[in-house]
Amino acid sequence: MAATGAHADEHLEHGEHEGPLHEQYEDIDQQNESYIVGMWAFLVTEVMFFGALFVTYVLYRTRYQHDFWVSHLETNTLLGGINTTVLLTSSLTVALAVRAAMLKNRTGVILGLIPTLMGAVTFLVIKYFEYAEKFAHNHYPGPTFIPPSGAAKGPSQIFFSMYFGMTGLHGIHVLIGIIVIGALLYLWYKKRPVVTEDYVPTEMVGLYWHFVDLVWIFLFPLYYLIPK
Amino acid sequence: MGNFPLAPPQASEFAHQIDPLFYALTAVCVFFGGITFLVVIYFSLRYKRGTKADRSNPKHEHLPLEISWSIFPLILALVFFWFGAKQFIYAKTPPKDAMEIYVVGKQWMWHIQHAESGVRENNTLHVPIGRPVKLTMISQDVLHAFYIPEFRIQYHVVPGRYTQSWFTATKPGTYHLFCAMYCGTQHSEMGGYVYAMKPDDYAQWIKNGGNDPQPQTLVERGGSIYTKMACEGCHTEKDTIHGPSLYSLYGKTRRFTDGTTAVADDAYIRESIYKPDAKIVAGYIDTMSPYVSGTQPGAISEEDMLALVAYIKTLGTTNMPLDKSLSGTQRGVTPNSKVPGSARVTAVGALGFEKDNPEANRLRNGKPAVGALGSEN
Amino acid sequence: MSSITATGTIPAAEPAEKNYLNVTTTFKSWALTHDHKRIGVMYLVTIAIFFAVGSLMAGLIRAELTSPTGNFLESETYNKVFTAHGVIMIFWVLLAAVPGILGNFVIPLMIGARDVAFPRLNLLSYYFFVGGGLLAIAAVLSGGVDTGWTFYVPYASLYSNSQVGLAVTGAFLAGFSSIFTAVNFIVTVHKMRAPGMTWFRLPLFIWSAYATSLIVVLGTPVVAITLMMMLAERTLHIGFFSPELGGDPVLFQHLFWFYSHPAVYIMILPSFGVQSELLAAFSRKRVFGYHFVAFSSLAIAVLGFLVWGHHMFVSSQSMYQGVVFSLITFLIAVPTAVKIFNWTSTIYKGTVRLHAPMIYAISFMGLFIIGGLTGLYLSTMSTDIHLTNTYFVVAHFHYVMVGGAITGLLGGIHYWWPKMFGKMYPDRLAQITAIIVFLGFNLTFFPQFIVGWLGMPRRYHYYYLEPQFQPYNIMSSMGASILGLGFLITGGYLIWSLKFGAKATSNPWGAHGLEWTIPSPPDLHNFPTTPIVTDDVYDYEALDAAGLSGGVVAPQGVS
Ligand code: HEA
Ligand code: HEA
Ligand code: HEC
Ligand code: CUA
Ligand SMILES: [Cu+2]
Repeated sequence: MAATGAHADEHLEHGEHEGPLHEQYEDIDQQNESYIVGMWAFLVTEVMFFGALFVTYVLYRTRYQHDFWVSHLETNTLLGGINTTVLLTSSLTVALAVRAAMLKNRTGVILGLIPTLMGAVTFLVIKYFEYAEKFAHNHYPGPTFIPPSGAAKGPSQIFFSMYFGMTGLHGIHVLIGIIVIGALLYLWYKKRPVVTEDYVPTEMVGLYWHFVDLVWIFLFPLYYLIPK
Repeated sequence: MGNFPLAPPQASEFAHQIDPLFYALTAVCVFFGGITFLVVIYFSLRYKRGTKADRSNPKHEHLPLEISWSIFPLILALVFFWFGAKQFIYAKTPPKDAMEIYVVGKQWMWHIQHAESGVRENNTLHVPIGRPVKLTMISQDVLHAFYIPEFRIQYHVVPGRYTQSWFTATKPGTYHLFCAMYCGTQHSEMGGYVYAMKPDDYAQWIKNGGNDPQPQTLVERGGSIYTKMACEGCHTEKDTIHGPSLYSLYGKTRRFTDGTTAVADDAYIRESIYKPDAKIVAGYIDTMSPYVSGTQPGAISEEDMLALVAYIKTLGTTNMPLDKSLSGTQRGVTPNSKVPGSARVTAVGALGFEKDNPEANRLRNGKPAVGALGSEN
Repeated sequence: MSSITATGTIPAAEPAEKNYLNVTTTFKSWALTHDHKRIGVMYLVTIAIFFAVGSLMAGLIRAELTSPTGNFLESETYNKVFTAHGVIMIFWVLLAAVPGILGNFVIPLMIGARDVAFPRLNLLSYYFFVGGGLLAIAAVLSGGVDTGWTFYVPYASLYSNSQVGLAVTGAFLAGFSSIFTAVNFIVTVHKMRAPGMTWFRLPLFIWSAYATSLIVVLGTPVVAITLMMMLAERTLHIGFFSPELGGDPVLFQHLFWFYSHPAVYIMILPSFGVQSELLAAFSRKRVFGYHFVAFSSLAIAVLGFLVWGHHMFVSSQSMYQGVVFSLITFLIAVPTAVKIFNWTSTIYKGTVRLHAPMIYAISFMGLFIIGGLTGLYLSTMSTDIHLTNTYFVVAHFHYVMVGGAITGLLGGIHYWWPKMFGKMYPDRLAQITAIIVFLGFNLTFFPQFIVGWLGMPRRYHYYYLEPQFQPYNIMSSMGASILGLGFLITGGYLIWSLKFGAKATSNPWGAHGLEWTIPSPPDLHNFPTTPIVTDDVYDYEALDAAGLSGGVVAPQGVS
């Protein structure tokens, strides 16, 4: 990749580089390893992001044991359970898609990604109904907040603040997941070399989706299954 | 200008503990920091290019050196850590027999109540020397910090939870009370004075219900009565709907509702207090109730009346007493010129804070932190 | 020529060559560039603007504090001014300055890479930074923020009547910008090193940038989410921290300092790295105890996460928690001491040249030592009771942040300026200015130690209860004028040099390192071919033996 003036111009003007190997790298291995290291660094920031919320949750939960327990009775375990299953399944299908990408099996990838995408959408739809239920009971924190009977107002409000804060942030991640998975599906469908010649983009999306799934695996017991 | 104090006065027991540690730190830091920097400069000049210096066998790694300059600072550090932690734990453990005082912080004043006597004050703190004093503090709105530099104590005052601090004053005198934690617009004005008194003076002060036990001038005594009788509730620096201003009243010609006039002299003022309905100032109705003459509570003896009249005569003139001990907010200095005299209104009931600044209290939901304290003791 | 080594066997480049600055000239070619060097220059310009705004605020603070009852501001305005000063200086100057300007520019050059690992992410990071900064400026212009840079609740969430939302969203974006940059640097250092560039051949600047990036990746998300919770409480009344809503305000402080203490090391570590480069280059000697200096950066990064509670000794956290935090804080002084002593030994038996960057390096030593040692007063729990929230703290952090981090930044800019722009600034003037800055700085902030010890609380608009604070405040304001003058001169001659400065050779300081083997300013693609590194880092003996020190002992092109 000689650095001729003309080449440099073109690079600066367009920026975009068709084909999988970007020009700052020596070879495809270096590029792939860079992507994976970068992705893990990103996931570490995500862990810390949610980590702060989990710590906050734990502190308030130990302080307001009883009120958290009473308030948690308001969350819908059935819907939450369904959502857990949905996400776990979608995690499995995305893993299958990544495997297919490694084998350069386009049909396999597409067949893996479609159910993943559907799972993500289903999750949000169910979440919408759960939220609607909370709003209907005025369990949304704020001036109009009404605590579930038997719970003190302040602590219960904190419970619901945490609930909306954490599931909301998770929901935003699901939404981003939908966009990213959709884009990936489109690229595979269009047979773009960025994805077909290199499995790493697909693997990165897979990692991201596993992470989103994992967060939910922690959220579910914290908000739906608090032991007495 | 022109005077450069180098250390704050030492007025509590902590000051005598903490200061030696502070000076020890200073000695160590000046010594090692100074030496290191001087060595840097010395090397830079000694080995400047062109100077004849021995540059043979430069070393690039030297384990024994590395170890020694890790261990040595470590030991010094641990020594300071040890004394600091020990003193801190001491400063956080009030003795059982400490005298109790309750403090409520709010934007932007301190309400203080002496537990034993129930005496209240605002923005001032009177304490006896030689006796441990324990402060139990809570905030009614945002974070504040109760800070008396001369005592070397500071602790945050937090909404929703009690915090504690204690000290033993050692030297009679007037010290500073600051709010050290940023709390909004008038953070820098949230403070006043601390009076450390001899135990007898303090007992006297308490007996007087929080009025200054020191021999007072007539005018000062009048001021105390003025405060005690809560005249400020209606008469402030400016005319209000509650009552006319008494500032610069003396010697003025007054016009009354019935159209007559009179010059405000001593007799007129006395009459206005004992028989307010005799002459009613134009623009007002007769809401001021008459004060009886006598010594029973609520009454104003003739002796006190003299003082009171003397005081009213000084209002609005340069003779106006600025004795801060009258009430903390009566500092006489009100740099926040937007609300002149507003401080005086709030000086009335120590806990009458519902009146002022409803905006600042908008989220209190009728849960006065003070009430919580009151029921505690 | 097939390979270059770090000893610099390449002769100076032919002058007519196109370089990264002029290879394309359209606005778009800058605004959408993926080139790490151009992004570094963009950071330089942007941060210079933010620094000017922040300094103007500092000027207002100092002008106001010369009298105990203030001079021309209302209390509310004063509070907004110091908040804007702190927020801008921390989030839009220091957190990004050394990594954004110097890191972007030299890291790929130092390790022999064509660019950072993710150039597009790098550009995105820049725009997040600018976007956040514009929000902050908008907050200032639309009424200001009066919470202090710490955004303590419940004041910031429920009581403050100012543009907290804009400022916090801005800080949030700036946080993401630094996360992107950090991810980029981590991957770049791991994966983009040229053949032969082993970990222990990395210049120490890389080590410290790497340690910094680790802190950013681990810490910034926490403050981001904490500020978001605060904002949710403020705008949506979703309670997290305010007692009125069932929360705990001290928890906010824990979460805030969990990031913001490590953040002070984000600010100082890159300057530590610069310091190592300067001392090696201008003493023409290897950095003494290379391994210890390298690993002390990592030690600081790790320990830095365990000391946040030292900002909260009197905040009503548990006393025993405080004791542990105090202990670890003292431990963290040790790796810093190791660095200081190793740097001092680096000069020993060196061949010192007192060019402007070296003056800054020496001044860094003096100022940072004072700043660091006064940190010990604050980590000693009992003295902190008295000193916390006073001007003693203000003096401490200006000594470490301005005396340390900004001085390091200035030293680095003076060192790499010829490389960045191919021009020399007037060295003698720069040396004198460095000394002016040093003196002005001490006059500004040393009196603040005393006035803090006397008990002057920080964030105070009025101090009429204690008029004897005034002389010290006047001294401080006089110092600030001198300091400000120093900064203005610096800006002046640097800009002057762009047009009128003498042309710089590829290695004006005769320094060791890959970045000095290529022309100044470098070609768009940095290295004609991937360099192969064969010699040790800072190997000045080899450089001298190869006869390369001749002719470079004075900066070339300086009259
Ligand atoms: C660049 C930023 C930076 C750096 C590097 C530091 C470094 C240190 N800081 Fe500082 N600090 C701040 C920025 C920084 N700080 C800021 C911004 C605040 C205030 C925030 C706010 O409230 O607004 C603050 C506040 C602050 C506090 C809280 C004060 C309070 O609010 O009550 C404390 C308390 O422990 C502290 C301690 C320290 C210590 C021990 C170090 C150590 O790392 C220093 C180590 C260095 C040395 C020790 C000197 C060199 C060593 C030698 C010469 C050898 C001899 C050594 C020994 C004998 C041990 N700092
Ligand atoms: C990178 C960080 C950084 C930098 C570089 C600076 C630089 C300076 N700072 Fe700042 N400062 C902070 C970070 C920084 N500060 C932080 C984080 C706070 C805490 C905020 C808070 O409490 O929330 C703070 C708070 C702070 C205070 C305390 C305010 C208070 O508590 O009430 C003071 C007071 O002197 C001060 C002064 C200065 C001065 C004189 C400079 C000088 O170095 C600046 C030199 C430059 C000039 C002096 C400007 C040049 C002159 C002009 C461009 C024209 C001037 C115009 C007029 C005079 C009208 N700073
Ligand atoms: C309930 C409110 C109230 C209180 C309490 C009160 N006053 Fe008055 N005062 C008034 C009103 C209304 C007037 C004007 C009507 C009048 O002259 O009676 C007045 C008039 C006066 C006047 C005549 C003023 C003039 O402008 O001519 C004097 C003197 C006075 N008060 C002194 C006092 C003193 C001393 C006290 C405390 C011991 C006191 N007042 C307490 C309401 C009050
Ligand atoms: Cu109250 Cu500051
Ligand atoms: Cu800290």
